[in-house]
Amino acid sequence: MPAPIRLRELIRTIRTARTQAEEREMIQKECAAIRSSFREEDNTYRCRNVAKLLYMHMLGYPAHFGQLECLKLIASQKFTDKRIGYLGAMLLLDERQDVHLLMTNCIKNDLNHSTQFVQGLALCTLGCMGSSEMCRDLAGEVEKLLKTSNSYLRKKAALCAVHVIRKVPELMEMFLPATKNLLNEKNHGVLHTSVVLLTEMCERSPDMLAHFRKNEKLVPQLVRILKNLIMSGYSPEHDVSGISDPFLQVRILRLLRILGRNDDDSSEAMNDILAQVATNTETSKNVGNAILYETVLTIMDIKSESGLRVLAINILGRFLLNNDKNIRYVALTSLLKTVQTDHNAVQRHRSTIVDCLKDLDVSIKRRAMELSFALVNGNNIRGMMKELLYFLDSCEPEFKADCASGIFLAAEKYAPSKRWHIDTIMRVLTTAGSYVRDDAVPNLIQLITNSVEIHAYTVQRLYKAILGDYSQQPLVQVAAWCIGEYGDLLVSGQCEEEEPIQVTEDEVLDILESVLISNMSTSVTRGYALTAIMKLSTRFTCTVNRIKKVVSIYGSSIDVELQQRAVEYNALFKKYDHMRCALLERMPVMEKVTTNGPTEIVQTNGETEPAPLETKPPPAGPQPTSQANDLLDLLGGNDITPVIPTAPTSKPASAGGELLDLLGDINLTGAPAATPAPASVPQIAQPPFLLDGLSSQPLFNDIASGIPSITAYSKNGLKIEFTFERSNTNPSVTVITIQASNSTELDMTDFVFQAAVPKTFQLQLLSPSSSVVPAFNTGTITQVIKVLNPQKQQLRMRIKLTYNHKGSAMQDLAEVNNFPPQSWQ
Amino acid sequence: MIQAILVFNNHGKPRLVRFYQHFPEEIQQQIVRETFHLVLKRDDNICNFLEGGSLIGGSDYKLIYRHYATLYFVFCVDSSESELGILDLIQVFVETLDKCFENVCELDLIFHMDKVHYILQEVVMGGMVLETNMNEIVAQIEAQNRLEKSEGGLSAAPARAVSAVKNINLPEIPRNINIGDLNIKVPNLSQFV
Repeated sequence: MPAPIRLRELIRTIRTARTQAEEREMIQKECAAIRSSFREEDNTYRCRNVAKLLYMHMLGYPAHFGQLECLKLIASQKFTDKRIGYLGAMLLLDERQDVHLLMTNCIKNDLNHSTQFVQGLALCTLGCMGSSEMCRDLAGEVEKLLKTSNSYLRKKAALCAVHVIRKVPELMEMFLPATKNLLNEKNHGVLHTSVVLLTEMCERSPDMLAHFRKNEKLVPQLVRILKNLIMSGYSPEHDVSGISDPFLQVRILRLLRILGRNDDDSSEAMNDILAQVATNTETSKNVGNAILYETVLTIMDIKSESGLRVLAINILGRFLLNNDKNIRYVALTSLLKTVQTDHNAVQRHRSTIVDCLKDLDVSIKRRAMELSFALVNGNNIRGMMKELLYFLDSCEPEFKADCASGIFLAAEKYAPSKRWHIDTIMRVLTTAGSYVRDDAVPNLIQLITNSVEIHAYTVQRLYKAILGDYSQQPLVQVAAWCIGEYGDLLVSGQCEEEEPIQVTEDEVLDILESVLISNMSTSVTRGYALTAIMKLSTRFTCTVNRIKKVVSIYGSSIDVELQQRAVEYNALFKKYDHMRCALLERMPVMEKVTTNGPTEIVQTNGETEPAPLETKPPPAGPQPTSQANDLLDLLGGNDITPVIPTAPTSKPASAGGELLDLLGDINLTGAPAATPAPASVPQIAQPPFLLDGLSSQPLFNDIASGIPSITAYSKNGLKIEFTFERSNTNPSVTVITIQASNSTELDMTDFVFQAAVPKTFQLQLLSPSSSVVPAFNTGTITQVIKVLNPQKQQLRMRIKLTYNHKGSAMQDLAEVNNFPPQSWQ
Repeated sequence: MIQAILVFNNHGKPRLVRFYQHFPEEIQQQIVRETFHLVLKRDDNICNFLEGGSLIGGSDYKLIYRHYATLYFVFCVDSSESELGILDLIQVFVETLDKCFENVCELDLIFHMDKVHYILQEVVMGGMVLETNMNEIVAQIEAQNRLEKSEGGLSAAPARAVSAVKNINLPEIPRNINIGDLNIKVPNLSQFV
């Protein structure tokens, strides 16, 4: 068999291949030759073959059949064989193969070899891929070599020890005695690897860390070495660009950081040297900056004095202005780490950081963006937001989602005014609309409902935004929802903030219909649009027929979700027309689901806009309003807000009953219903209150007990008693339960109780248990009133009672002033 | 800890592949390809740090690379290594190669893959930095080469003359390593695309 070709020949041949297939063919041929050569147990050429195999392995071809050959090479006596054998073992073998254990004996012998290079090879291999079994067996040998005087071997043994400790942490104590003298070495290689070993030991075990701090006096030793490095003059062997062994300096600084963390004594001992390094190091080359960077990180991490910290942050600030991109990147990374602890110091560099947003480098932009969000606060919100919005415009798509979310968060926390907030959101939606996260839409809707005074402005702007382009889904969803809610404001042109635009109802419906039809709209968006159109049926006057038509068309839509909605809305038109208005009323202000601050329970009375009830008012609708007006007239003065009981209660009992049945089916979680998915009831007005009011159980678990009840009214046989409940967690809400009883011999029918409170209060009246007060005190009517008293003023109330008794209609007014102090204080 | 050291040329052909953590062969090749694509996209005036790809490590790992003429030197490191320090380390490694091969060029790396591994072994061991003093490294390599030569060398053929190590004080390695005189080194070499 001819001698196998040399490595160089092989490489040359492979390079002549023009295609991948040709190369593969050549390699396969050579592999076959190598395999037969291995089978023949050819000692002379084995090293050559393995070298070729390694080359082919690098190119990506399988080479596992060479593993055993590597072992044979390791066992050989020749240095050449061992060299290539160990290299092959490191590249081809790992601890997952059982074959590797066969190496253990060879390595053990080689660790005691007479030639230092062989020993070095063995240490290297053990340190790279030694498994835990091998490490356990050979740790003793490594420890012995750690104490030798041969610096070449000592440094390799140190790194090998690090690997052993990583694999078998229990063996750490074994190396402890050997470390005593390590730092007395002159050889920088040994010093370097010793520091690595000490770092590993300190990081792994807090006991070791404490031991090194106290007993070994490690910190003074390290300080001494560092000082020598800085102070000593030019030494040609360790010099890199004018600085003496920067690698060692950086290592030592890192170990000092670990030693000084959370330890006052150690930190004090290193303050001087850190200041010295920080001021004396030359910064013109990368090496100097590497040392400075490490120094800054160490200063920030240990318990350094404040002067030193300021120095560190200033160095970082200087880095930010450096021309070298790497330095700027590194500075931004460390500022991000320190912004939590030294916020004010970092704020000083805010303008530079914001400039970095305009950098061309993607990595720098990302860092700058994260840091900018961390620096936003109430004072700089306007300026920062301008910059961030500009950044959002021009940045790469991978940033847009994160940037948009960040902007929303920042705006929510620090918005100076509601209008500014809405404007900012609009801007984000229009520039990065498709990248906005899905959960942003409900949050935005909730925010918009909260800003009651600018509803008209908001809906107008949203309308204009989607007029031109309705492809950005989150924007279209928010806009559709708003138009559905506040379409009447849009059409009536009531906007004060901006120039009001003239929009007709048809135009509005046009845009909503085009959203429905468009291919770009997702199913969710179409759902929003359809519901919006439906809501407009109560807000608009002249286009109800058009709406009916649209809704009925989608009753046969392929999309199941749309179809269900359309069918249910259709039913609303046909069978439940009398309920349509109540169902499609304005949404009340939503409670925030996740609250960080005090909860705002804004109690609204279900009807905030009496106007939309024009089309088909419920029969009892006008009654309470006129009665309320009567109350106003009678009482005079503007300080009384009339109370309109929640609409369902004023309906005829049957309709109310159906409504309550519908409500009973829904899962009442109190979450703002941005997508009116559950059935066709968009109004979920504080459901816990609504249903809870019908039960006679205490509404709060933590009631303030012992508030005496009062008799509010007692005349003509009708007695009304008030009992109070207050919650400890929310002391501004008082719940009054009234009980009306009748001591005459005839029932009082059609009993209606109404109440009015001064303007500083808010009142909610829930539905009564019945409208008949039975005679002879055989039963009572119970009704719940909730009073919100944020200013803790004295509770006053005027009540009006109407009922039929002995065939005649009775009416009475009274004032209740005898509220006990505990009910409102 | 350094997880991997990769050297490849402008077309993505690997010239040196060294992993300090085990990956199966296919994954290794995938990593090389992915790293190449990530690094190729980078402009020259952009910083030398990249977040790593999805295959190698995770969020803790960074790619630190330097581009010399036709070769990319990429070190994949975790957060325990100083980024700027690794940049200097790459420089030291390349300068050492230059000293050992006398004006090193890509062809040297191609034809002496094993020697490059040996040099790397003296600089980085087990994913940790072993020695950073160039002269020290070169001296050790020379000694080992002499030992090998005395046994007959890898090719089992008459050894080449070993050139003396010149004590050149290289201030900064030139960014453009010249390809060298092709005629002298390797005759009849056709271009490999």
